[in-house]
Amino acid sequence: MPLLADLLAQALNGLAYGVLLFLLSVGLTLIFGMLDVINLAHGSFYMLGAYAGLTLIAATGSFWLAFALAPLVVGLIGVLVERALLRPLYRRPPLDQVLLTFGLIYLFEDLVKWLWGGRIRSIAAPALFAGSVRLGHVTVPSYRLFVIGFGLVMAVLLWALIERTHLGALIRAGVFDAEMAAGLGIDVGRVFTGVFALGAALGGLSGVVAGPIQSAYPSMGVSILIPALIVVVVGGLGSLKGSLVGSLLIGQAETFGKAWLPGVSMLMIYLVMALTVLLRPRGLFGQPLK
Amino acid sequence: MRTRGWPVLIAPVALTAGILAFPAAFGTYPVKLLQEILIWGIFAMSLDLLMGHAGLVSFGHSAFFGAGGYVAALTLTRFPGVLSALVLPALAAGVVAWLIGILAIRVSGVYFIMLTLAFSQMFHAYAFQVAWLGAEDGLVGIPRAALLGLDTSRPWAFHAYVVTVAAAAALFLWRVTRSPFGHVLRGLHENEGRMEAIGYAVRRYKLLAFVLAGTLAGVAGALYAQFSGSITPDAFFWTTSGEALLMVVIGGVGTLGGAVLGAAVFILLQSLVSTYTERWMLILGVTFVLLVLVAPGGIVGMIRARVGRRG
Repeated sequence: MPLLADLLAQALNGLAYGVLLFLLSVGLTLIFGMLDVINLAHGSFYMLGAYAGLTLIAATGSFWLAFALAPLVVGLIGVLVERALLRPLYRRPPLDQVLLTFGLIYLFEDLVKWLWGGRIRSIAAPALFAGSVRLGHVTVPSYRLFVIGFGLVMAVLLWALIERTHLGALIRAGVFDAEMAAGLGIDVGRVFTGVFALGAALGGLSGVVAGPIQSAYPSMGVSILIPALIVVVVGGLGSLKGSLVGSLLIGQAETFGKAWLPGVSMLMIYLVMALTVLLRPRGLFGQPLK
Repeated sequence: MRTRGWPVLIAPVALTAGILAFPAAFGTYPVKLLQEILIWGIFAMSLDLLMGHAGLVSFGHSAFFGAGGYVAALTLTRFPGVLSALVLPALAAGVVAWLIGILAIRVSGVYFIMLTLAFSQMFHAYAFQVAWLGAEDGLVGIPRAALLGLDTSRPWAFHAYVVTVAAAAALFLWRVTRSPFGHVLRGLHENEGRMEAIGYAVRRYKLLAFVLAGTLAGVAGALYAQFSGSITPDAFFWTTSGEALLMVVIGGVGTLGGAVLGAAVFILLQSLVSTYTERWMLILGVTFVLLVLVAPGGIVGMIRARVGRRG
């Protein structure tokens, strides 16, 4: 294959992966910005999204219905987690909350094994995007192009939601300084729950979107968690822009690493992260002080 | 410092003797479980030195566990002896901890967690992919060698070896946490800014704690390699660090003994529950979540609250 075509193919793969990481890391970064909690169970939301999608497709027969409903299911689980488990811990050191979410990883992963079994379950792409498209010398599965397009649309929508709406202003106030926001009469508790649910739903969405590409398997949450955390740290904790740029960067680093440096490909993303933390400790778009 | 006289000494000595005599009364499987608990206990205690005493929450402690295990695996097959079984793995893990520590202690909090995590994952990625470390399958056929005249290929001798190392590690950490150095670490944990203002070289103390903890984690890794006869890239994986963290939290952060207790709970849950039901991860997860919610001090904290002792 000519070099240029190879480049294009890899770049598109990296873009699709990056977009998935973006949907996942937005929630992670918003939750961190607001609650000061690294939600280690965020990968579990991704996994739950994929499995919820699997069951909803089987139940409704429609990929698109599952696509729309799975994030709602996971968002509801997010509400439960925040209200019942995290809320009682807000007065404790943030570490306690991090540890709690670590326990949730075990809980959710085993629950999924229990309900769906441990083996890999493939999810078929919707009929509309089942084929592939030729771009010059490259053949790309059309579902992948859909994922890229959808992810970029979501990025714009999220940006509009957070930067241009009243609700977004509440979220930004909460992320920037929750105490001050509470002092100004904002019901921060509800905003917290809302942000956590939104993050969980986006995690679930990325899971169901990833289904046709990566299939569903119980350890998928643990595997995606680390790249998503790396995105958040590289982009800057609490920054939407950082999350987008970081995702696209890590997506490309991972994909090109696999294609061109197969011997040490897995090292790439960790190198990117270690360099970022050492050279720009707050990440590419992190706030200087928080 | 309170001293409570002889009982302070009698209890650990009696406990060690009891653990040492354990194989006399129990079969092979319980003995294996006990050894596994002791090995993970060393690993968890070393993490507790960082977490509970220096206030450094590391999510990359597996880097040192794995380094110790792989060095033991590589050297024991070629030069069986105490140098390969304990000394070199400990040194290697210490050097790795020193290198990672220089970089990691420059940041704190979440960033420290993430940086340590990234470094340990680099080791995992490397071990997973290179042929000379056996790639995915790891290294197998690690022998139990004759160490200073003690032939650890005999079950009794191996048991005595594990118990001795574990007891020495516990004693060492107990001494360290009660030394002036240990008090400086506590001070750092409570108020780093003040310690710096008083004139302590904060970073140097943190680095030393990091290296000590890493060295001991390497010892645990080396023991584990000899215990199981193999070592895989999983030893480096972040969930290995996470499991040690779980053990420390289950037992009680900052109590050392709690770390071993946590290791016992974790391993017994894993082995015993898994013989009755496949759902041990679920039970572990629920136990852990409940512990964080209702008993943030872990098992030791719960016991102390019952007995009514404060601090």
